[in-house]
This record gives sequence, structure tokens and C-alpha cells, in this order.
Amino acid sequence: MMSTATVDTVEKIVPRKKKVGGKKLALTGTQYLLLVFFAAIVLMPLYVVVVTSLKSPAEYTSLTAWSLPRQLSGAGWAAAWEALAPAMLRSMVLAVSAAVLSSFLGSLNGYVFSKLRFPGATLIFTLFLFGMFIPYQAIMIPLQSLMIDVQSTAQWLAGIPTLIIAHTIYGIPICTLIFRNYYATALPDEIVEAARVDGAGTLRIFRSIVLPVSAPAFVVTLIWQFTSAWNDFLFALFLTNRNTGPVTYALQELASAQNPDYSRMMAGVLIASLPTLIVYIALGKYFVSGLMSGSVK
Amino acid sequence: MKKVKTWLPGVLLLLPSILLVLVFVYGLIGRNIASSFDRVETKSGRLVSEGGLANYATLLGSERYQHALWNLLVLTVVFVVGAMFFGLLWAILLEKGVTGEGAFRSIYLFPMAVSFIASGVVWRWLMSPGTGDYEAVGLNRLLIELGLPQLQNSWWSSDSRFNMAAMAIPAVWQLAGYVMALFLAGFRGITTDQREAARMDGASEWKIYRHVLFPQLSPIALSALIIMGHMSLKMFDLIYAIAGQNSYVSEVPATLMWLQLFNLNDPVAAAVNATILLLLVALVVVPYLVYTNRTEKAGR
Amino acid sequence: MDRRQFLIGLGAASAVGVVGLAGCGTDEETPGTEPTTTGEGPVEGGAGGTVGVFTWWAEGSEKLGLDELESLFKEKYPNNTFENLAVAGGAGSNAKAKLAADLQNGNPPDSFQGHAGAELMDYIDADQIVPVNDVIEELGGASVFPQNLLDRITIDGDIYSVPSNVHRANVVWANPKVLADAGAAEVPADLDSWISDMQKVKDSGVETPITIGGTWTQVHLFETILMAELGVDEYNGLFTGGSWDSDGVKSAVSKYAQIIEFANTASDGDDWPAATDAVIEGRAAYNVMGDWAVAQFASKDQVDGEDYTYFPVPGSDGVFDFLADSFTLPNGAPNPEGAKDWLRLVGSAEGQLAFNLAKGSIPARTDVAADEFPAYQQSAMESFGADAIASSIAHGAAVNMAWLSEISTAMSKFYSGREEETLVSDLVAAAETYGA
Repeated sequence: MMSTATVDTVEKIVPRKKKVGGKKLALTGTQYLLLVFFAAIVLMPLYVVVVTSLKSPAEYTSLTAWSLPRQLSGAGWAAAWEALAPAMLRSMVLAVSAAVLSSFLGSLNGYVFSKLRFPGATLIFTLFLFGMFIPYQAIMIPLQSLMIDVQSTAQWLAGIPTLIIAHTIYGIPICTLIFRNYYATALPDEIVEAARVDGAGTLRIFRSIVLPVSAPAFVVTLIWQFTSAWNDFLFALFLTNRNTGPVTYALQELASAQNPDYSRMMAGVLIASLPTLIVYIALGKYFVSGLMSGSVK
Repeated sequence: MKKVKTWLPGVLLLLPSILLVLVFVYGLIGRNIASSFDRVETKSGRLVSEGGLANYATLLGSERYQHALWNLLVLTVVFVVGAMFFGLLWAILLEKGVTGEGAFRSIYLFPMAVSFIASGVVWRWLMSPGTGDYEAVGLNRLLIELGLPQLQNSWWSSDSRFNMAAMAIPAVWQLAGYVMALFLAGFRGITTDQREAARMDGASEWKIYRHVLFPQLSPIALSALIIMGHMSLKMFDLIYAIAGQNSYVSEVPATLMWLQLFNLNDPVAAAVNATILLLLVALVVVPYLVYTNRTEKAGR
Repeated sequence: MDRRQFLIGLGAASAVGVVGLAGCGTDEETPGTEPTTTGEGPVEGGAGGTVGVFTWWAEGSEKLGLDELESLFKEKYPNNTFENLAVAGGAGSNAKAKLAADLQNGNPPDSFQGHAGAELMDYIDADQIVPVNDVIEELGGASVFPQNLLDRITIDGDIYSVPSNVHRANVVWANPKVLADAGAAEVPADLDSWISDMQKVKDSGVETPITIGGTWTQVHLFETILMAELGVDEYNGLFTGGSWDSDGVKSAVSKYAQIIEFANTASDGDDWPAATDAVIEGRAAYNVMGDWAVAQFASKDQVDGEDYTYFPVPGSDGVFDFLADSFTLPNGAPNPEGAKDWLRLVGSAEGQLAFNLAKGSIPARTDVAADEFPAYQQSAMESFGADAIASSIAHGAAVNMAWLSEISTAMSKFYSGREEETLVSDLVAAAETYGA
């Protein structure tokens, strides 16, 4: 409906001459100029981070911060790695576990919401979706005291296990959404229906028909959950401490250390960002589609 | 009966997630709201919070909270407008497919992969407030080197009611690429036939955008607006990393809540603050969820 | 022997092992036997049991100090088992929340660390810590602790913690070369001559004669100016109902405003070392900072008296702006007698010597020999024994955390807006809300 209406409008427009080649070329020229200009602005912070991380602490001064290092130094990287390594490991465990767990739950839920319509499904789905948007501040105080309570009887839960639980649970809504949208288009109702007529149970259908075609959606949710668990700070701040927290926590501590060593600090920024950047460069295409599904369709 | 049989196992599969969401999202929200009405008196008899709706009146009436709300408003407006503007601009520059599109797209999008903490550490340094040859650091130093010293300023530390506009700069830097990606997907979803048809009819490029492309992008624009808006309302990490734990000039409700809890020793005020934040987000998100629900049903 | 008994036996055996290594197991009690506790006074060798001590001292010189205390504790109280519950501070809100929750749920550690003075008010208010008057008394009371220090940490007639170490906050750190070049080498006698010295320094080409960091360093600077202007009695009176609306406060605010004009541009989150570094590098002449800054000068190989000098903030000569770390006795501590052993150690001359040598602060007791300490600490110890004592605002001695937070907000607001009247009225409002 909408598109025909616009085409109608367009038809009413007075015809104009087509553009001449020269003008089009000029347009592409400015286009490129603009693109390069904006790219330079976006890359500017990255430039200064890399340059500073490669200077020795002694070479850094605010006067010369924007110049290339006179002498390459690995001191900043070594110092930052030493400070962040244990937290990097904790973050890796956290991000991988939370991504796997919430993706698995998401695929189960997505399957149910897309193929097994039940009374109240829309309402429950909408309630799930709202959970995706809530400001976590609204649950943080009771969540913190709940976790402290639980940890007083199950001490092994302190630190990363607590964060895995939190990220898994609060990752359920978005994973459910991604899988539901994926199954709605990629998995024809007829196949599921046919299997059911053949007498296959719900779980069996999920295992032998739904899961095997789920890989693309899994890639999306795994990447999405990995990056958001890796990058989270709020949960880390409320639920862990310096000795048990993930790398965002350690980086924040490193950066607010009393003696600012800028080469160490900037190297730390790069080290803490490397895993998500690698994921992003290697699997960029899926990353983008992960972003896309972040918008409710 | 037969119908129940088909969906019951599905509901059982869903049950763990339903319970988790019920307890950890709605249960905890409920507990938070309940505690926001608490009356608290210390053992020595000092009244910390009156209890009931008076708690809300106290917070809403406090100058500090109003200042935080104002900061949030400035931040949100500048951030959302900035991210939408640059996102759309970049998408338009890229949508017809230029050589090296992939590279540009990756460059614009890469800040999205970085945590707010990591980028905050960098932007904190970039937006150092010192100006002039003697003191300039970061961006101000760059401006001097580029021969634009008159553009130096104290960024978010400056004495202005609109200082939080500067805090929106790193946020735009980080998320404009996301908006671009959303719009690009939207452009790509429009068939070339429609454009060609309009072009054959002799419509100018601008008219094609105005009358053919933009109207079809409006649902995506709405999504982007909602996502950016609710992110801005919740923004905590970035401000915490840039301005430190206790910065009045850059205070927003989300950072104030943290201080209320751990510095002001007033968990009830923190709960009130968090509840209002939830209401603000709900105000933005719920109509949107209802709207998408309706359009989805209409589409079926 | 069931499994649990076996483990207890193992624990006792290893505790004895440690004592043996320390080589000081003077009191040879059979491991595992319960010493008799009377609840009154110390038991030779310690009351027995585990003593869990919560601190923020997880690294650096603070950890070294704690390690010293820990080994002394094992040596002097072999019956007790020390449990180190140190959590790194920093942004550790989770650790703070954990302590708060533990206290609230009646599951406290045996002792925890806090700034001596008003910062403990919230715990007192909530009935979470109990007075330790008896331990202070036993340690020697006013004969070993300065009476005016005891006055400052007495709240409603009771003392709630045993101070372990003291820092001085009202110290100006200066670069003598910069001052000599500017012709301002003489130590100014009061705030006005200090301000005119800053002008001289500025005229000599140093654009930022004095340096500051983020908000808390501004509160720190302001408190020293406040006490210089008001005098120690009126300053201390501000926290017990005195007026924040007085002419003295107003003129302190206006002098602070003048001084801030000579300072660098800082942002709220900046920490102090960068401000101290500017003095070391000669980009500034003065920085007001607590005496932990001496470590910063030492770490950059600066020579006391040659590369840097220090003096009390002009006008506050004869006043010791103090802050102290201290240890508490929580209400319902699982092992209160063991906790008291810990407090006795922390408050003893021996404990204070070992701890403060390692941490780089000075003892709260006046009977610890000064000659083992470096030059700066010796001078601080001398003043501490002789000076009038004022409580630090910025470091929790004078005001509780909520009040401090409001004062910080007012200072941050003032830093960007520079409105003196607003600052005064904000300070008045903060005192009305949170003051006594």
C-alpha cells in the first residue's frame, strides 16, 4: 500500500533531464572526500591509542602525544598484559559460557514461540522483549543482595559464576527474539507439522529438525552475547570485585591507578578490546546481522 | 484437548526461561519498587526516608536530582540527534555501493565492538579540559597543532548548562555506525526496481530519497530512535569511565543512583531513582512494543 | 576421628608450624586446647580461635604494613588464627556492599578498617559497631594517644575504633627552584601573603602556580584554607553545630576562589599524582596534598630540602589536619575476644612502629621512637605531638560519608561555576541536612 502511494506521488513530479556524466563524477568525488574525512575522524582515537601504547612511559608527554613514537617500546604492552591477564581469562570464561547458555535457551524459546503457538504467547513474548530494554539499575539493588545472600551459602558462586548467571538470564530476551525471527523465516511450518504428524515429540523435533538448521542464528547470538558479556561493566561493578571481576573492571582500575602511565593504559585499552575486535573483524558479516536483530522487527 | 496436547510440551520447554524472566526481571523489579516506598529511620532516630510516595516527592524535588535530569536531557537530545544524523549521512554516502564500501563500513562500525569502559578511558584523556599552550592535552592539543586553537574548550568540564553535550560526542562516535548499519540494511531492502521506476519518470535524486526511500525507512528510523533513546537513558559506563565515580557536573540519574547507594548510604533513594528510570524507559519502549506487535499482527 | 575433627587438627598443626617458623612461640600451649577466656582483659597468648580482619589493604605499601601486623599478631597471640579478609578498594562497590550486607545480616567480620572519626557514624547509627573504650584505656589512653586526638575521635562520649596510623593533610609541597626564580622563597606567614606569592610565581612565567586534581583534591585544599582562616577551634566547631554562614567561612571561600584562579584546569575524575608531578617538573610551584605525597617525590628520586620543600598551609601553622585509619569492633563479632587481641596489637607501640615504617605514615601513639623513621615522618611526628589537631573533611575524620558527598558536590559545582555565594549556601544546606 505504502509503496504504491509513493510511486504515485513520484509520477506527478515534473520530469527532469538526466544528470550529465561530469556532474555525477564530481558528486562521487565529494562523496569520497566526505567518506575519507569521516573515516579519519572515527579512526582518530584509535590512532592516538596505538601510538601512545608503543611509546615508552618516559617518552609520553602531552606535548608530543599526537606524534609518532621516536622509538618503539613494548613496555606499555608488557605492563598492561601483566595487569590484565588474569581478568582476561576470567572474561573469556564468562563471555563464552554466558553466550553458549543464553543462546541455547534462546533457541528453545525461539522454537516454541515461532512454531508452537499457545494461548498468551504474544503477551509472554512481549514481556520477554521488555526485559531486553529495562535499565538494569532497576533490578540491581535486589539482585546484588540476592547474590550476596546466595553466595553466603554457596561461596563458589562468587565472582565469574555469578556474572555468568546474570548475563545468561538477561540475555534470554534478545536471544529468544533472534531465534524466533530466524525460525519464522528459515524453518517452514510444514516441516515441523509433517514431523509431528509422523509422531515425533516436541523435544525430538527440536533435536533432529530445528537444531540442525540453527547454525546461522547461533552464530549471531553467540557473537552478540559474547561481545555484550565481554563489554559489560555495570554487572561487574555491582556483583564482583577487583580480584574476581572481568577485564572491564580490571581496565577501569588500571586506568584510574594513581600514577597514570599512559602507554600502559592505552595498551590496556587495546588488549581489553582485542577479543571483541577480532570477533568483529573475522566475523563482521554476522556481527552486523546480529546488530540488525537488535532492532525489533 | 488435542490442541492442548500439541502446545503443552512447548510450554514446558519454555518454562525455565519464563521462570527465570519472571523472577529475575519482574520479581526483582517488584522488589525494587517495593523497597522504594520504605520508611527508614536509623537506630539513633534520624529519619532517612519518610516512606510512601513522599520518597518520590523528596527525590523529584531535590535540586541535585533535577540537575541530573537536566544533564540526561541534554545528553539524550544531542546523542540521539547526532547518532541519527551521522548514521543516516554515512548510510546515504554508502548505500549505492562505492568502491571500498566494505572498508568504510567496517571503520564506521568498529567503535561498536569496543566496550564503553575502553573507549571511556581514551575519551577521558581526549577531552581533558586544559586549554592553551601551557595546559592543553588530548583534543585541545590536536586543535592547536591543526592550527585551530580557537576551537579549544573544556568539553564536559566547561561551565555551561549544556556541558553534557560534550559527553554525547564519544557516545555518537561509538553508536553512529550502528545506526548507519540499520539504515544501510533498510536501503538494501528496497528493490532497485522502485528506484529505477522513479528515475525513469525523471525524478531527481533528492526527490527519490524524499518520496521513495525515506518513507520506507521510517520503521527503521523509529527502531533506531528507540534503541538510541533507551541506551542514552541507561548510560552509566561511559560517564563513569570519563568523569570518575563522583562527578557532579556530569551527573545523570544512573550515576547518581550508584552514589546514593554507596556514598550517600541511602538505598531507598537509589531504589526510587531506579524506579523512575524504569518508568522513563518504559514510556519510550512500551508504546513501541505495542506498535510493533500490532503491525506484526496486521502483517500476518 | 571424623573428617571435620581431622581438618581442625590439621589447621591447628599448620598454625603451630607458622609460629615455629617465626621462631617466637614463647607460650607453649598444647595446640587445639581451648584457652580460658574471662571476657575481661587480655589472655596471655591470645583468646584463641580465628580472627577475621577486613581491610582495603590488598596491595602496595598498605599490604606490606598489613603483612607486618599479621606476623606480629601470630607472634604475640599464637593461640589465634589470623584470617586476612583484605579486599582491594578502588571502585569496589561490591566489597562495600558485601561488608554492609554482612553487618546488616549479623554476620560481621571480627574487625574491619575504617577512617577514624565521623566516617564511622553510619555504623554507630545502625548499632553495627560497639565502643572500644576499654581497649584504648588498657593501651594507656591519654598517656600514649594525644588527648586532642582522642577528643576528635570520641563520638557521644565513646571511642569506636583503635587508630593504627595517622596522616597529615595540611601540607604544601613546593618546588624551591621555581620559588627562588620568582623571588618567593620565603615561607608565607598567612593566606594573603601566600596569594601574593602565587602572583609573583605567575609573573615569573609559571602559568599555574598551584595545582589541583579532581573534586576530592579540591575539598582537601578547601578544608586546609578553611582551617587557616577560621583557626582550629572554630574549624572543629563546624562539625558540632557551628555556623557555616559566618564571616570566617565566607572569607575562606573567597580566598579559596582567589587561589583556584592560580590553578590548572582539572576535571572531576583526576587523581592527585599528576598535580604533584607538575610541582616536580617545575610547571607549578605549590601543591596541597596529604603527606602520602612524600612517596611520590621519593619515587621520582627527589631530594628532601633540595628538589622539594614542604610547610603547613600558611595560616595553619601549629595545626595538624589529621586523618587516621583505624579498626573497629563489630556488634556481634564471632570472636570478640580475639578481635580485641587484634585491636591491642594495632594500638601497641610495637604494632604501630612495624606498620607505619612499612606504610610510610606515622604512629597515632606519641611514645614510638622517631629515630627509625625518615626525615619527613620525623617532622610530622614532632608536630603531631605538639600541634592542635583538626579533623579532615575530605578523608572522613570530620564528616560522615553522606555529608562529605554533599560537600564534594558543592565544590564540584563551584569549580565550574565559581559562584561564592552558592558555595556558602550549599555548605550551609549540607550541614543542615547531615550535621549534628
